[in-house]
Amino acid sequence: MRPLQNNENSPMISPNSKPEMPEILLIGVNHKTAPVELREKLALSSEEIEHALELIQQSPHILEAMIISTCNRVEALLAVKNRAEATKTMQDLIASLKSIAPHQLTNAVYAHTGESAIRHIFRVSSSLDSMILGEPQILGQVKDAYKAAVKKKSTGVILNRLMHKAFTVAKRIRTETGIGGHAVSISYAAVELAKKIFDSLEDKTVLLVGAGEMAELAVEHLIRNRRAGGILVANRTFAAGLALAGRFGGSAIRLEEISQYLKTADIIISSTGAPGYVITRDMVKPVMRLRKNRPLFFIDIAVPRDIEPEINRIPNAYVYDIDDLQGLISDNIETRTKESIKAERIIDEAVLRFQGWYDNLDIVPTIIALRAKLSAIAEAEFAKTASLLNHLSDQDRRALARMTESLINKILHEPTLFLKNSGAHRNKSVYLDFLRNLFHLDE
Amino acid sequence: MAPIFILIIVLYLTSSIGYLAFLFSQKESFHRISYGLLLAGFLAHTGLIAYKMIILESIPVHNLHQTLSFAAWALAGVYLFLKYKFRLNILGLYAAPLAAFIMVAVYWIPEAPGAHGELFKNLWLILHVVIIFIGEAALALACGTGILYLIQDHAIKSKTNRFFHKRLPSLEFLDVTGYVFIFTGFTLLTIGLITGFIYAQQVWGRFWSWDPKEIWSGITWLIYAALLHERLVAGWRGRRAAIMAIIGFAAVIFTFLGVNLFLEGHHETFTK
Repeated sequence: MRPLQNNENSPMISPNSKPEMPEILLIGVNHKTAPVELREKLALSSEEIEHALELIQQSPHILEAMIISTCNRVEALLAVKNRAEATKTMQDLIASLKSIAPHQLTNAVYAHTGESAIRHIFRVSSSLDSMILGEPQILGQVKDAYKAAVKKKSTGVILNRLMHKAFTVAKRIRTETGIGGHAVSISYAAVELAKKIFDSLEDKTVLLVGAGEMAELAVEHLIRNRRAGGILVANRTFAAGLALAGRFGGSAIRLEEISQYLKTADIIISSTGAPGYVITRDMVKPVMRLRKNRPLFFIDIAVPRDIEPEINRIPNAYVYDIDDLQGLISDNIETRTKESIKAERIIDEAVLRFQGWYDNLDIVPTIIALRAKLSAIAEAEFAKTASLLNHLSDQDRRALARMTESLINKILHEPTLFLKNSGAHRNKSVYLDFLRNLFHLDE
Repeated sequence: MAPIFILIIVLYLTSSIGYLAFLFSQKESFHRISYGLLLAGFLAHTGLIAYKMIILESIPVHNLHQTLSFAAWALAGVYLFLKYKFRLNILGLYAAPLAAFIMVAVYWIPEAPGAHGELFKNLWLILHVVIIFIGEAALALACGTGILYLIQDHAIKSKTNRFFHKRLPSLEFLDVTGYVFIFTGFTLLTIGLITGFIYAQQVWGRFWSWDPKEIWSGITWLIYAALLHERLVAGWRGRRAAIMAIIGFAAVIFTFLGVNLFLEGHHETFTK
């Protein structure tokens, strides 16, 4: 917090005067600081966020606010007048909304202010702070959080500008670095691999063997990739298979029928708890001829394995087990880590640029800039006029120069008083930003 | 003649280097530059062939020097055209160096005095040559696609080499594209052979004369016919189709060069 100095009565600005300026404050917990049990407790639904924002808006210490709540983080991004008071307001809020006492959070909560808060929100939006580096969902989640805050009108000049910068930075990082480039989750890697075997997944039939959770995940991923082919589910208990098939609009078959359906299926995802191989080489070999050698892709996510590895030796049949997929993504994680260095550089740049704008949003630099602008205009016009009036003596010229200067002082008197009188308006930054735009002070 | 020759070789070579850079960097701009260079090389090459055509007053395939140059020209042209239809950008890494290699070879082969000029002033011969060469260029590209298929197939099967795995198109795409190339090449080969028969009838008075070139052309034609037939009937696709595309093109090369170098026949007249 910056000390509030009382120089209300002087219309001239002295360089060391520091009127109150909103400070950017970010407080929250994430997957690095808080265990999942705590994050679960803290997580806010969209209704709760709306409610929390309403409560925050009543606080005199907090000018602008938005709340991000995902499974890996709960964070409040604020522009505050008084940091200590704002922190206390937020603690009370958590205590009342979630009945979590402040002392339970002491080790988990981090608070960033100023530059470090700017950097943090840039890193979060660009997925540099994510559990899975470079995962694409977080940007959408941050955008949604921002939209919710805008809808509640709880953001202002500072957060609006900060978030727009955050989105630009995130987009720039996504396009200029390879941070989101390679698969880092198993189901994603499997889909990427399938795309290297089949040109399009749209007309391909997927056969799920076993109705496990992993299988479900992989299928969900395939469906998200606009796959329109049929889905078959083979499960030991037919009813469970039927239920899963129903969820994805597919049909259920019995385990014994697998060999028969190998003819039509293209991608087989297996995840049963069976102790031995469910699909053997002898089952697949004769099928390839019937399939006219159309490729067959086996994804074996079961341990112990369901698909006989020897199948990989049959021409046009490909088998990947969980270790193979893990191998695919471990390299990619390395690549992403390398790319994140580039991303951090982009963030450094953006933080500096935002910090520059933010610093200028203070009253003193704004009035100095405005005065400089007016003086420059006056000087230029005075020189132009004086060059036509040859009869003027040096004394006359000095008098005229003094007159223009006092003209500027008189013009600036009221606006300066207005900006410095914090009682007249709640959020100075709005007026400062407006003034800077009006006179085009940010070249 | 030499400066334009050097220019063509340089353009083809720089295009090859560009495609290599494209393979490593995967930057679209590298591909575009390489494509542009290849196009420039092709246009210069077209100019060269047109110039020779005017001088000779017929199609410039009078000796090995001219024939190979014509083959490289057809290869570059067919790639440039097919690239539009199939977006198989990385195939440039095969087409550009191959064209460059042929042109370097051509550069060292002296231009032997050509055969009798009147023999070449025949519409059927021109059709025969142009169609066959375009067809063979398509088959050359099918061979390249087959090679890419085998590399990608190996990369996916072995699970270790992911350098190619990331950079090459999907197996299905390579397979289908290769099929289209072979189908196109085979069709043109067939038409080219027929026009050749007609020409033979006019010049030598018989359609078929058991000349080694004719026999080998027949064998090549049969290989591709078998490949296409098996694909439709027994589902020869994927790995086997890729291998067959490479074998088929080896037969094309032997028919084109080997027969001239090792065996004797009336085609020799054209390819001294």
